[in-house]
Amino acid sequence: MVTSSLNTFKGGPDEAGHFGMFGGRYVAETLMPLILDLEKAYEAAKVDPDFKREIDYYAKYYVGRPSPLYFAPRLTEHFGGAKIYFKREELNHTGAHKINNVMGQILLARRMGKRRIIAETGAGQHGVATATVCALFDLPCIVYMGEVDIARQAPNVFRMKLQGAEVRPVSSGSKTLKDALNEALRDWVANVEDTFYCIGTVAGPHPYPEMVRDFQKVIGEETKAQVLEAEGRLPDSLVACIGGGSNAIGLFYPFLDDKEVRIFGVEAGGHGVETGEHAASLTGGSPGVLHGNRTYLLQDDDGQILEATSISAGLDYPGIGPEHAWLHDSGRVEYVSATDKEALEAFQLCSRLEGIIPALEPSHALAHVAKVAPELPRDHIMVVNLCGRGDKDVFTVAEALGVQL
Amino acid sequence: MAANSNAAAAAADSGRIRRRFEALKAEGRGGLVAFVTAGDPDRATSAEILAGLPAAGADLIELGMPFTDPMADGPSVQAASQRALAKGITLRQILEMVRVFRQGDDETPIILMGYYNPIYIYGVEAFLADFRSAGADGLIVVDLPPEEDAELCLPALAAGANFIRLATPTTDDKRLPTVLSNTSGFVYYVAIAGITGTKSAASGAIDEAVTRLRRHTELPIAVGFGIKTAQQAAEVAAIADAAVVGSALVDRVKASLDAEGNAGPDTVSGLLGLVSELAEGVRSARKD
Repeated sequence: MVTSSLNTFKGGPDEAGHFGMFGGRYVAETLMPLILDLEKAYEAAKVDPDFKREIDYYAKYYVGRPSPLYFAPRLTEHFGGAKIYFKREELNHTGAHKINNVMGQILLARRMGKRRIIAETGAGQHGVATATVCALFDLPCIVYMGEVDIARQAPNVFRMKLQGAEVRPVSSGSKTLKDALNEALRDWVANVEDTFYCIGTVAGPHPYPEMVRDFQKVIGEETKAQVLEAEGRLPDSLVACIGGGSNAIGLFYPFLDDKEVRIFGVEAGGHGVETGEHAASLTGGSPGVLHGNRTYLLQDDDGQILEATSISAGLDYPGIGPEHAWLHDSGRVEYVSATDKEALEAFQLCSRLEGIIPALEPSHALAHVAKVAPELPRDHIMVVNLCGRGDKDVFTVAEALGVQL
Repeated sequence: MAANSNAAAAAADSGRIRRRFEALKAEGRGGLVAFVTAGDPDRATSAEILAGLPAAGADLIELGMPFTDPMADGPSVQAASQRALAKGITLRQILEMVRVFRQGDDETPIILMGYYNPIYIYGVEAFLADFRSAGADGLIVVDLPPEEDAELCLPALAAGANFIRLATPTTDDKRLPTVLSNTSGFVYYVAIAGITGTKSAASGAIDEAVTRLRRHTELPIAVGFGIKTAQQAAEVAAIADAAVVGSALVDRVKASLDAEGNAGPDTVSGLLGLVSELAEGVRSARKD
């Protein structure tokens, strides 16, 4: 499937933050000096052994890394094809991969002397992770969250508040993740002196897509070592769900130049990409500029952004990280979609067969596994990023299944 | 004043912005830049407002191009954009509004202000061609800093549009030359670090900022963000070359609408009345 003749797929971004034609720094002038400062601080931190030691320490003793690579025997047996492994990111502290990135950014904020942390959240996983690390380091934390998401992710709202964060409801636009991002950017513009904006995914202006990827790539680095230990070779395929795409890029990035590894990113198909009600920016969108970067977006003919639709609040975003847009156009990663219904089925199947209740987000990845695994040979090794646990989703799923709790 | 002295590769522009600031200077006063959102509350009413602005005392007009995700705007301009989009305004229709306006007024500069994506989707080349032929003069695109000049700024200058950049309290002396390098027409100083329509800056801080800007540029300087009253407009116009008022105007539109969000009997007259008050304010503040 690799159509590009590039020597490496790991070279991006360039100095201006571009992955091919994607990425960049499309922000208001007020923010520009802050973004340049952040870039400088990150460039210095990432080559500083002390910074790495600090991250490694908290990753091990606070987050609980490395997360296991688990062979899923009953799901493998059920599908009767590919040998399925789970990268157990749901076992991290706070129950998702999000904390890998948050720990990195908050440690960077501390280095920069920033005392006030803001974040946006969709499903609430990034908000919870940010609230958690802010509690750990005694930093005031403000989380912007769309009113629609607040209603469907009540447990996470409460978790954030328990840890001392202020959750500010966002009532503009579609009242979901994209609007929370707008509101966080507005806060940042108004509080430039002391505030660090902790973005939750591999989107936003440069250097965020690169920085968040770097903080998440531990997922793929561990996976590589673990699969080599378990199987003595690299996997044949990787599967991860994609909203903004941070868990996916974290798993994919270390494998991008291993061209024998097929890589699948699974977008949220909502009611079906053909219905127009979905969150599949690559499968059903086109290039545009939003939230500081050029990427694939759901938009109309006049360049107005459309609302995304997905049962999963974490995937309900009309854009995608610019590196994914580039990996899509270069052909290195294959992007597919799974519908709400398919994700719900996979959610139940995994719960029943493996005793692991996955979040609705990785249930989309599992839904793709259900489509392809049965047809693959038994020696095909497939790694799925189980990027979050499903406790937060039980109310949503119960409602979708018509169960009264 | 050589308005375009530092613009790179600029084709001949319409000259309206330069002529207007020269006239203001000759009159010995600062100007009023009135911001309204195109298509708010509907196309016909918006066109009527636009046509009435010069007579009400607006020296320059900023016409907002609505975007679904206006991340530098506060609640007032966000709501105005939503109202206009709900009534179906498109970029093509906005350019048509400018064309119609120009048939009745060949002197008042029109600056289109918005975000990049609708222009990108329209197609930069097609947009600039239609922009010029419609009779628009300047462009302010909030999410295109100098780092992305190749996208629209350079093609716009080459096509004879004035590309007006925002300078902000976070733009320090080191960065100012970068911000000013491809700016033409005038410089828009954002008086506060923040979004539109919220805080107001102290006039002392504005004075200091304008003095600092004048060390770096000969372009006229307009100051905006947080100016709501005739008195504030007068204070700013006494210091800068023009005062920009936006949120207060779109709030006046909003206050005049009926429960369904449709234009009321005094939508146009109320808005133009407020513009007249602001215009009197800036005219009362004569410069030395």
